[in-house]
Formats: sequence, C-alpha cells, structure tokens
Amino acid sequence: MTTTLDRPGHSVRDHMTPSRYRISRTRQDTRDTFTVVLEPVDGPMLHYKAGQFTMLDAFGVGEVPISISGDPTRPGPLEHTIRDVGAVTHALIAAPRGAVLGVRGPYGTSWDVADGEGGDVVVVAGGIGLAPLRPALMEIVAHRERYGRVVLLYGARTPEDILFGDELRSWARDRGVVVEVTVDNGQHAWRGKVGLVTNLVPRAGFDPHATLALVCGPEVMMRSAAQALVARGVPGDRVRLSLERSMKCGVGLCGHCQIRELFACVDGPVLGYDRLAPLLSIREL
Amino acid sequence: MADDTRIMLPQGLDRLIEVLEGRGYAVVAPTVRTGAVSLAEVHGADDLPWGVGDEQEAGRYRLTERDDGKVFAQAAAAPGMKATLFPPDELIWRGRRSGSQFEVTDTGVDHVRPTAFLGVRGCDLRALAQHDRVLAGRAFPDARYVRRREGAFIAAVTCTDPGGTCFCTSMGGGPHPESDYDLALTELSDPHRFVVEVGTDLGAEVLAEVDTVPATADDEAAVTTAVAEATMRMGRTMDTDGLRDLLYAAAESPVWDDVGNRCLTCMNCTMVCPTCFCTTVQDVSVLGSADAERRRVWDSCFSEEFAHIHGGSLRTEVRSRYRQWLTHKLAAWQDQFDALGCVGCGRCITWCPVGIDLTAEVAKIRASAGIPVAGGMR
Repeated sequence: MTTTLDRPGHSVRDHMTPSRYRISRTRQDTRDTFTVVLEPVDGPMLHYKAGQFTMLDAFGVGEVPISISGDPTRPGPLEHTIRDVGAVTHALIAAPRGAVLGVRGPYGTSWDVADGEGGDVVVVAGGIGLAPLRPALMEIVAHRERYGRVVLLYGARTPEDILFGDELRSWARDRGVVVEVTVDNGQHAWRGKVGLVTNLVPRAGFDPHATLALVCGPEVMMRSAAQALVARGVPGDRVRLSLERSMKCGVGLCGHCQIRELFACVDGPVLGYDRLAPLLSIREL
Repeated sequence: MADDTRIMLPQGLDRLIEVLEGRGYAVVAPTVRTGAVSLAEVHGADDLPWGVGDEQEAGRYRLTERDDGKVFAQAAAAPGMKATLFPPDELIWRGRRSGSQFEVTDTGVDHVRPTAFLGVRGCDLRALAQHDRVLAGRAFPDARYVRRREGAFIAAVTCTDPGGTCFCTSMGGGPHPESDYDLALTELSDPHRFVVEVGTDLGAEVLAEVDTVPATADDEAAVTTAVAEATMRMGRTMDTDGLRDLLYAAAESPVWDDVGNRCLTCMNCTMVCPTCFCTTVQDVSVLGSADAERRRVWDSCFSEEFAHIHGGSLRTEVRSRYRQWLTHKLAAWQDQFDALGCVGCGRCITWCPVGIDLTAEVAKIRASAGIPVAGGMR
C-alpha cells in the first residue's frame, strides 16, 4: 500500500515573537487605570478594527491580552487602556515614556459596528469594559448620521472610577449620544444615578427591533445586561459581548481561552449572545 | 500491498538506523527508560527493546520478558512523538535589555534537528494527523511545530501486541499504519523478519540502502493475519455514536461529580495524551544579566491556574476541569477540528495513578442519559 506523506508547508511565519513599540506617553485615567500610547519601532503601525486586542509584552515580566482602546477611524498612535491589577499590567503602566514594549496582533473578532447602521445602537459598559467599547463609540460618532439613537449605559464603581469623562460629556453634548452613568457607590458629591448598569436597560430609549447592542464588563454584568436586552425584544444575534478569558498566545494555540467549542481569542472576543447564552448559563464551563 | 514491499531481517534494523543517522536524522525509537518503554533517541539496534513486552491496565504499567525476542511487541510507548515534535519546554524568543529598550536576539525557530521516528504505531500517526490539523493547519500555525514536522521521517510499525487499555479500533483506527509514513514495518515470527511497506519516495530511497528481498504472497498474507489478530485484542472499546451531542447535553451530569472526587488533577493524562496541545508561557530572566527569554511549556486544563483571570479561576472545581478535558477531547474537538480528539491509545488510562478510565466514564454518561451501556473494559 502506497500513501503520500502530507508534510505541512514550508516557512510558516512565526506569530509568537513581538514587534517593538515605543511609549510616546502614558495618561492616568483614574487611580488604577492608565492609557498607554505607543508608536511602532520596527515597522508600520498595525491596522485594527474596533473590539480587537493585542498581546502586550513587558520585557522579562510577561505578556497579557489587552483590548485596543484608540480611534480606529483615524491614523494615529496605538492606545491601550490598562487597569493595574497584576505584575504585567503594572510593568506596562509603570514603564517610562520612551520605553519599548512588545506588541503582537491585532487579534480576534470586531464589534462590526457598521452592522448597526440605519438603526439604534445601545452600548452597555461596566468598569474597564468601557475601554474595548471606546473604539466602537469613536467609529459611531465619526459616522453619527448613519445611526439612529445611540445610547451609552455605563456603570462604574465610584464617581472617581469613571473613565474618559471628558469624552463622555463631549459625545453627549456634541454628538447626540445619550450617556447614562451609574455608580455602585455614590457617596461624596455624586448627584447622578446609583445602582446596577443593567437596571438602566429597561427604560433606555431605543427601538429593540432595530438595535445593535454592544456589551462589555464583568461576566455577571454582561449576562444580566444581555438578558435585559433580550427581554426588551432585541434578538440574541444583535447583542454582542466581549469575553475575558485567560490567554497565553492570542492565536488559538495555547488552549487556555476555550469555552466548549469556542476559542475566545480567534472566535471571539466579540461573540453574539445567541451563541453564548447556552454556554454562559453553565457554571464553570 | 504493493510490488515494492520488501522483507528485512532483524539485523537490518541496525543498518536502517545507521542510514538514517547518516542522513542527519536523530533517530527516535522505543527504548527502555526508567522501567517503561519510551520513545527516545537511539544510536543502534542494541538500544531497542528486544524481547521486552508490556502489560498495561488502568493505573498499571509493567515490563515483561518475551520469549519470542520480538522488538516492537509492546503497546503505546509513553511518551510518544509529541515530546519530540512539540517539546514540553522550548524557547519562544530571547531578548536583551538595554535601559528601557530591548531587542529580540533569538526566536529558536532555526534550531531544529530533523528527526526520524522508528517504531511508531497507527495511534501515534493518527495523533500526528490531529496535531497537523491543530498546530499547522489553521490561520495562525505554530512555526516551531511546522519546522520539526516537515523535517521528520517516519518508519511506523504494525501494532501486533495491543495492550489492555487500547481501543484504537473504536476511534476509527487500527493496528496497521494507514497513512503519513515513509516506511511501515510489520514484525513477524518464524522466521523473525519485518515486512516493509514503502509509503513515499524518500522511504524507498532509504530502504534501498538496507539489505532486503522482495516480499512473497505468504509474507503479505501473514501481515493480514497479524493485523486481524491484533484487531481482536483491544482491551477496551468506546461507543462514539452521537458522542458530541451526548457530552454537550451531559454538562450537569452527576458523573462529573463522581469522577471529580477521584481525580487527583496530577495532569498525567494530559502529558501522555498524544493530541493534548495546551501550553503556557514562562518568562525567565537571569539575575544580573540583561537577557530574558520566553519559554513555552506544556500546560494542562487540570490545573486551577489554567483558566485564571483577574478575580480568580473560572474552573475552581475538579469536576469542571475533568468535564473540560473529556468534553474537549471527545465533543468540542469535533466542532473545532472536524474529528475526534482521541485516538484510543489508552495512555491516559494506563498512566492515571487512580485508574480513571475515560471509556468507562463515557459509558456511565451514556447510561445516565438512559442509553444502554456499550464500551469500557472487554
């Protein structure tokens, strides 16, 4: 019996080695969250779509997946908004201006905001979850006339934790975005809403049958928000969630980010709630 | 069998190894290491396990002496080809820091010595085909695997002595190598000889440098008999019918609680599994040096850290981790890669310290779903 040995192809590109980017500045957004602004050292600036992430490397410390938070509609430096929660994120936000970081990507699926053109868009964000949604909002306000009502429902822990406050005000004032902010803990001089962001969904002004909903935040918050949106009549496939999972490679090889048959890094991070609902309802899947 | 099928006598193995080494290959073959037959580098036929047999059962592995002097008469070696083509610890890249800058000085991709495998089984070849699909056949292939794989030479053997934990025939395979080999040997007794089938031009070229004679119709009939006998000696079976839907529907089955109470999360099963491919990275910097490197090491879905995100692990319970492993291997793999992720080599059963047997666990899930039991031990 003679068979052919199908040896895989030659000279495959290595996806695990980073390109170098230099920090042009680091802006402190809140007490624990910073936006790191990067310019390429080795080649051209990467092109990305709203919702994609990169693997960001602090030399000798490690590499983590971070969503791109900059404006995808305009050429400019690469922005990531990072919460200081671990050794790698701390090294990334503490690196001085001029320091060189490693970048791989961009990876993953996009919000595909243009699917919402001609209808309303509801964006529901919790905490640092606003960062991956910022490029989507920037894409919408850059083409504001293509959309109907645009609503941002945003929940933060305290008034001091509100991200991108100036932008929220300017989108509300100049771009016709309905911005509703709520906080978990509103002592001090807070005169706004207090409570869960998901509680804002039932009364928000949008047409559920012509709406694209984009949701990012802690998983429990995303589940409640998606349920509230579906309860209002938004079809499950028009509700998109961006998932956080452990990722060591970003390209579907390390296996860490699997949710049953999905690799969150290549099939996601942005996925339709119609596909996710049965998976997210099983504990520890 | 084709016209180019040849007969090689036992002394031909030494010459075959010599020819392969002469062509620049590291020859990896079954050899006795720390009380088990493992695939490791050999330098001559003396390094092969002549007259060594094995007994494999759930949580049990023993070497035996054989009086027929056969060399490849064992079931699956631990570890298999995975440890060579997809090493448990390898360099991803190394860099040098200067101030707050760094440069990449090495990516490891080029340090690959071609390997010739001698004595690998049908289950190993089918696992290799899975790794080709997972690691080399997707949008982002693994450059290091591809480099090793494309340089590999494969002299497979017919598995004439399957073990007590084997069930390759349930998973669509069998004792005879069917594809992805350069040469395929079947070891026969009376007289002791190897029937050698040629799979590729490269295989024919290598074999031409070894003393052989044409195989006769009797030799070829003896191969057919040996394969048929081995097929009947699988120690276990698994019913794969509707397995994907069965396991997806069984996500909350009490079977996971039961197996979760027995599993030690030692990760042996994922280490010996020839298709498991999960890895993590380790960043290593040497104190007092400007160099640091990132290494990729095998990881396991049985560790609590595996699914760790900020705030904690997503799979804190053992039942969730065993469910992840088995459901991935037998169900989700079908959606991801259009195949079963298990080749029925039985390694995970043999090397489990508490003897957990996935064929039995699947049978229990089937039974608890109200479907008559088929599968498990014969």
